[in-house]
Amino acid sequence: MWNWIAAILSDPNTRWILLGCLLLGFSSGIIGSFTFLRRQSLMGDTLAHAALPGICIAFMLTETKSVGLFLFGALVAGIVATFGISWITRYSRIKQDAAMGIVLTVFFGIGVVMLTRIQHGASGSQSGLDKYLFGQAASMVMTDVYVMGGVCLVLLIACLAWFKEFKLVSFDPGFARGMGLPVGMLEQLILLLTVIAVVAGIQAVGVVLVAALLVTPAAAARCWTDSLSLMVLLAGVFGALSGATGTIFSTLVPNLPTGPVTVLAATVLFAGSALLAPRRGLLARRLRSMQAKSAYLREEHATLQTLSAQRAQQERGEL
Amino acid sequence: MATFWIILTAILVSSACAILGCFLILRRMALVGDAISHAVLPGIAIAFLWSGSRDSLWMLLGATVFGLLTVFFIQSLQAGGLSSDASIGIVFTALFAVGVILISLNAQHIDLDLDCVLFGEIAYVQWDTLTLGGTDVGPRAVWMLGITLLVILVVIGLFYKQFKLCAFDPALAAACGIPVVLFHYLLMGLVSMTSVASFESVGSILVVGMLIVPAATAYLLTDRLGKMILYSVLAGAVSSVGGYLMAYALDASIAGCMVAVAGILFVLALLLSPKHGIVFRYARRKFAAR
Repeated sequence: MWNWIAAILSDPNTRWILLGCLLLGFSSGIIGSFTFLRRQSLMGDTLAHAALPGICIAFMLTETKSVGLFLFGALVAGIVATFGISWITRYSRIKQDAAMGIVLTVFFGIGVVMLTRIQHGASGSQSGLDKYLFGQAASMVMTDVYVMGGVCLVLLIACLAWFKEFKLVSFDPGFARGMGLPVGMLEQLILLLTVIAVVAGIQAVGVVLVAALLVTPAAAARCWTDSLSLMVLLAGVFGALSGATGTIFSTLVPNLPTGPVTVLAATVLFAGSALLAPRRGLLARRLRSMQAKSAYLREEHATLQTLSAQRAQQERGEL
Repeated sequence: MATFWIILTAILVSSACAILGCFLILRRMALVGDAISHAVLPGIAIAFLWSGSRDSLWMLLGATVFGLLTVFFIQSLQAGGLSSDASIGIVFTALFAVGVILISLNAQHIDLDLDCVLFGEIAYVQWDTLTLGGTDVGPRAVWMLGITLLVILVVIGLFYKQFKLCAFDPALAAACGIPVVLFHYLLMGLVSMTSVASFESVGSILVVGMLIVPAATAYLLTDRLGKMILYSVLAGAVSSVGGYLMAYALDASIAGCMVAVAGILFVLALLLSPKHGIVFRYARRKFAAR
């Protein structure tokens, strides 16, 4: 087992991909914990789809395929999308889930229109663009890993610096507002960090699956602990583990894409956690309810026995 | 003739989606439609591998099964104490991943283009025709979607009262003895069926867009369910025709343009709706202040 891991690691290209996926999993796990607690887990999916027109505009304006530029376009589109969602929910009777769905589909539709415009256009060399739909971790190079490392660092520093504020906003926004915290701004900041994580992830795992990196590790971590700091750390570790598993399996099996395997690894981690976690897991809960039931039955049995003994005594006394 | 078939297909898709979308919006399950339309991918891939043909009936079956499985998994996770958004996110990404893996591993055997799944090729609808008893009876997609729309109309028409009560007040519905869970699965079954029937010809963006956007537009315009469904279907039809014209003018993706026009209609309703629109509400507030 160690032999083939060593063999994989000896390939410098694979090493970069592995490192990139590790960093990606770690940072999205961390920021995902906050969106999970704020019940905005599907924000990742929405923002990933909404980033498409940004990428296309960046390409249309410059006619060059540079990763940094695409990320910038995606970032701008993502920020516009978050404002659109909060605007629709604030000024109309549309609820948040529908607002997210509207922004997701309309932005993505506009993005597809632009994508086909580019494909039909004269420049024609759009071959790099469609990689953003399904992701292509195998095409990651050293500079991409540097970008991801930078993203990961920014997310970590931001989460550490505003940990207390994020915690309050996630658990009790009303109380946070009462304490005089700028709740609206902090909420927008969490969304901004989510956009950054999403944009970094799109290239590796693609538009649809980037959502999973934000939700699944966080949900898995939630099963194990009630402490936020521990949960954030666990979610990061789960994310990193999934990223590593995805890379290793996809290098072993030909034609196996990295992104989906990463997502499935995260899902397996979640399923394991949901079953086996000591307090919130399914097995533990089943066991507890069985114990409670048998304890109750035992008690019931004991009471019945004493009752019948008393009854017998009474009857004997009367006789 | 091509234009006619394309617009007819689009109107069939948008009407089917617009009717179902109203119930999804009211039950706050807008994103369940999105989840289902992604999660049916493994069903389609498995049906392909198993039957070895692009026979629509098998795909319809496989995908509907996976659509219902998705709903079942989401329900079970929610019953286990997870919030609804997280359950949706975990389930549909996992199933979509399975679908992508199945397709990439069997790429040689499956003639299923991933791009096609997303965007669809509504422009080619007229080439894939159905032949009955030796005569050409029109595009296969029109027949599939027509039958789907008919099923939706019959089911919703028969159980309109029950669906209505379930949408507005599930607790009251349950108290009245309506099997709420059964109607939930029935609605979700219809959503999966629609997304599959539309998949091959129009792609998943059009389905997801038409499920949510026209229904939300209609929701801003009226407070009555019957009118909401009517407006929603109208908004879908206008998006279909307008989107086709826009795509023709821009030489771009037809499905993408249709969703974009639906988005424009939504923004118009958001601003100008007489009762719920931003402009009129603002004007009324100014008027009342004076």
